[in-house]
Amino acid sequence: MSAAAAAAPGVAGAAARLATKDAADGSLVLVFAGRLDAYSIGGVWAQARAALAAAPQRRVVVDAAGVDYCDGGGLAMLIDLLRQPRPDGAAVAVRGLRPEFRALLDQFDPAVLAAPAAASPARANAIEEIGRAAATLGRDLRTLIAFIGETAAALGYAIAHPYRVRWKDVWYTCEQVGADALPIVALISFLFGVILAFEAAVPMRRFGAELFVADLIGLAVVRELGPLVTAILIAGRSGAAFAAEIGTMKVNEELNALTTMGLDPVRFLVVTRILAAVLMVPLLSVFANLIAVSSGGLTMLSFNIPFVTYMHEVASSVDLTDVLAGMVKTPVFAILIAGIGCLRGLQTQTGASAVGISATRAVVSGIVLLVAADGIFAVIFYILDI
Amino acid sequence: MSAAPSSAPIVRVEGLTAGYGSNLILREVSFAVNRGEVFMILGGSGSGKSTLLKVMIGLNEPRAGHVFIDGDDIVGAWGEARAAILKKFGVMYQSGALFGSMTLLENVRLPLEEYTALPLPAMDLIARMKLELVGLETLCGHMPSEISGGQQKRAAIARAMALDPNILFLDEPSAGLDPITSAELDALIRRLAGSLGVTFVIVSHELASIYAIADRVIMLDRQAQGIIAEGDPRSLRDGSDNAQVRRFFRREVEPATEAA
Repeated sequence: MSAAAAAAPGVAGAAARLATKDAADGSLVLVFAGRLDAYSIGGVWAQARAALAAAPQRRVVVDAAGVDYCDGGGLAMLIDLLRQPRPDGAAVAVRGLRPEFRALLDQFDPAVLAAPAAASPARANAIEEIGRAAATLGRDLRTLIAFIGETAAALGYAIAHPYRVRWKDVWYTCEQVGADALPIVALISFLFGVILAFEAAVPMRRFGAELFVADLIGLAVVRELGPLVTAILIAGRSGAAFAAEIGTMKVNEELNALTTMGLDPVRFLVVTRILAAVLMVPLLSVFANLIAVSSGGLTMLSFNIPFVTYMHEVASSVDLTDVLAGMVKTPVFAILIAGIGCLRGLQTQTGASAVGISATRAVVSGIVLLVAADGIFAVIFYILDI
Repeated sequence: MSAAPSSAPIVRVEGLTAGYGSNLILREVSFAVNRGEVFMILGGSGSGKSTLLKVMIGLNEPRAGHVFIDGDDIVGAWGEARAAILKKFGVMYQSGALFGSMTLLENVRLPLEEYTALPLPAMDLIARMKLELVGLETLCGHMPSEISGGQQKRAAIARAMALDPNILFLDEPSAGLDPITSAELDALIRRLAGSLGVTFVIVSHELASIYAIADRVIMLDRQAQGIIAEGDPRSLRDGSDNAQVRRFFRREVEPATEAA
């Protein structure tokens, strides 16, 4: 006769116990006693399964007369013993279970629970996944083209009818995209200027050409880095915010409400955000340029280049064409950031994770588009010899 | 699956005062829920039903008063003591609140994974049996988004029952369901109360459900900031001396107040 017992932590009453014995008719008897609950049956459950497996050809009687309490876990264990596939003449039977627990046990059909759990709906195979991905890409492209068309039409309408634009929303978004972003843009531009100056000045000092660091910083920042870094920051900050805002509105059916009220979500939500971004990104770029160039000058003080000399050198190397070459990109960047942020928001699916996915996609696609657009500008400027 | 019946109330609310900011919603509310009964909390919008439920299940702290769950006060309970009280009841939220990234089986299995040391196949079997009780065993591999609203509520009841609590709190179980699905859910609640001996505390204002399943109700009122009626719903409908209560049960519009 063997016995197993397990403690039920924090529960009053005798712990689950199992003893095995042989009956006079040759059947195996599993004697359960105590409290059969989910917290304490782990040990006796495994013990009972092992005893059952060790006697594949014998009749098994589960004697539950000593069971004081039986919860869903205890019932599951009894069902588990009952559902084991056994040959005829070696069946498992439960005896002596108190009537109130017997009634609960009889609610379940061991045969049904012997079948494997219904699997999740079949997952697609690799070929089907590729096909679906291609179809999704095609649908995305069509959506993108439709979105560009709708947005262009809505922007055109806004320019033709400025009094129809919700300027209050535009100014509010301007504050979020522009004013609220000033500290982070200032910090990153400042550090950019410092890093550029140090990285350039150390090797150039070997040739006695530290002063030309001013030319490098001036041209690199004004033509390229100022607008691009600002745009990437705004893509991470406001592009994600647009996607999350509009995505949440979609999940809450606010977009449906707009549509059924006859209000076009693109005019209502997208145009205001694009206008705000187009107004703010150029201003932030100018701000970033000034900070980065100035911080470069401050760094050069440690290389014995006076600030005035540095700024004079910057002014002599950077002309108006360079400034315009940098600034002309900024509205395009703004349209890309705001447009893709809003598009991803409008494409939000249902579920708690959908908004997060939209925000992530907005940032990733935004940055990819920014870099691609910057490359196109570089080629155009090269061809035009600007 | 409840412990031996006892005459002591399983839930006791004493002198409960609750509100948000300067807005006092419930003042000195006291009542008791008996073991094994289906107890419903009724009231119009803004009467404090949801506030009361949130305090009872420990989501909100009251300004004063106590909520005894099977003898232990949940108000001010922390750490191990609080965890022990939380294991005594299950909650079904109005929207079901199933975790969208898990299948129904995984949703029901989650409390078992956290609180028991059973092997995975054992937990799976328990979870399948809970889903069988609510008639969803065949859908156990589905995601919540793939099933209907009524099925989500039933799955949420299965999850609330995962650890075999003695008490189930249900927040508006019939809300947003068609009459047939709502009646099916009522039948399920009655069956679970009858067969498992679970005590149900249900917040609702669906009259059909109230008549179908409630053993006893309390009715809250915004003006009174507390209970204005307590008892069997049919006797309240026919015999309450409070006009507001009779109107609620008979779905009558409040008569226009006399011109000042």
